[in-house]
Amino acid sequence: MAELNVSIVSAERAIWRGQAKSVVAKTPDGEIGILPGHSPVLALLLDAPLRIETTEGTKVLAAVHGGFFSVDSDTVNVIAETAELAEEIDVVRAKAALDRARSASAEDDPAVAAAKRAETRLAVAVGSR
Amino acid sequence: MGAQLRVFRRRIKSVQATKKITKAMELIASSRIVKAQQRLEASGPYLQQLTQAISAAASHASDIANHPLVRDPEVRDRAAVLVITADRGLAGAYSANAIREAAGLTRLLNEQGVTVTPYVVGRKGVAWFRFRGVTMGGEYTGFTDQPTYADARRIGDDLLEAFLTPESEGGIDEIHLVYTHFTNMAVQQVRVRRALPLEVVDEVVDSSAGDGLPFPLYEFEPGADLVLDALLPRYIDHAVYTALLMSAASEHAARRRAMKSATDNAEDLIRSLTRQANQARQAEITQEISEIVGGADALASA
Repeated sequence: MAELNVSIVSAERAIWRGQAKSVVAKTPDGEIGILPGHSPVLALLLDAPLRIETTEGTKVLAAVHGGFFSVDSDTVNVIAETAELAEEIDVVRAKAALDRARSASAEDDPAVAAAKRAETRLAVAVGSR
Repeated sequence: MGAQLRVFRRRIKSVQATKKITKAMELIASSRIVKAQQRLEASGPYLQQLTQAISAAASHASDIANHPLVRDPEVRDRAAVLVITADRGLAGAYSANAIREAAGLTRLLNEQGVTVTPYVVGRKGVAWFRFRGVTMGGEYTGFTDQPTYADARRIGDDLLEAFLTPESEGGIDEIHLVYTHFTNMAVQQVRVRRALPLEVVDEVVDSSAGDGLPFPLYEFEPGADLVLDALLPRYIDHAVYTALLMSAASEHAARRRAMKSATDNAEDLIRSLTRQANQARQAEITQEISEIVGGADALASA
């Protein structure tokens, strides 16, 4: 069966690369699932967990913040400003960041964005356990 | 021990202590150059993908030449110059060179009737501008030796905001980056690059002509124009990030060079001081011998 070549890169480093059966990501228009043979797509990503099912059957979860991904002839490139794999996330720190961001005022845009980021991180970290 | 000899020994000890410090700084700087270079390389794939995606989106977007980040402004009378200097000194002429280049650029722009607002990275640059009473558009300090993407993002956001502010409210028309390009360990050069308005249009033509393959027929979500709107600011952030990383590598290289010559100088100084100390010791011994001989002679002849 055809497989997807997936790579995740952030502005600072390459995060993950491998073969996958499917990739599920969240775009401004809703969730999108990519299977081998998908038509070319270039879509923006929301702050949300990115789910990859590898050919070995394991699941890879990553928290991506601000970026996009492109699909072309079974190659999926995820390009995010920052991205973390589930196992790299420090749950305690993410929780602290979330509390801090939530206690700030609701009109404070950076704080709202920070809260969203922390939520995504937690969702990824918890979802992988 | 004679007074002269003691003075020499004390100076040797002090120079040796200084040498240890400069040597340590040299070694630290060397290892950090490598780290900065690695981080520069690690950010390469991102830039490549981003450029590709922007090119693809630009070729589908309705009117790239009229995008606010690409279009040349009708009136050009305000510019921002982002100068990247070091937080700490002892790096030779590194900060001074960047500042000099920025001052030259400012003069050039002033001659063209453009007022310049400096945005300054690094404590050294901030101190320079503050001492001269120049109002800065932004000051960023505390990360020049190991800049992160978040730092670049903060600067990029500020620059973009200033750029997108309407002319009537004090917005700027163009943004220049002054940074130190890291060619290799021995060669670093201050460079000026215009960050905004973007010169993306040329790159679009280049990349499609280069490999002869048209871009895949991407389906854009949520639309080519919106994708482009979201990606172009990231390109600015990345330009700032690259400039920061390059400058950090150059800073470490400059510091390594400065500390290497300081260590060499300390060695020379120690060598010549040791010679002088030996001479002083020898003179002391000679004097003591002649005193003893003189004393014995006086006793014998008495």
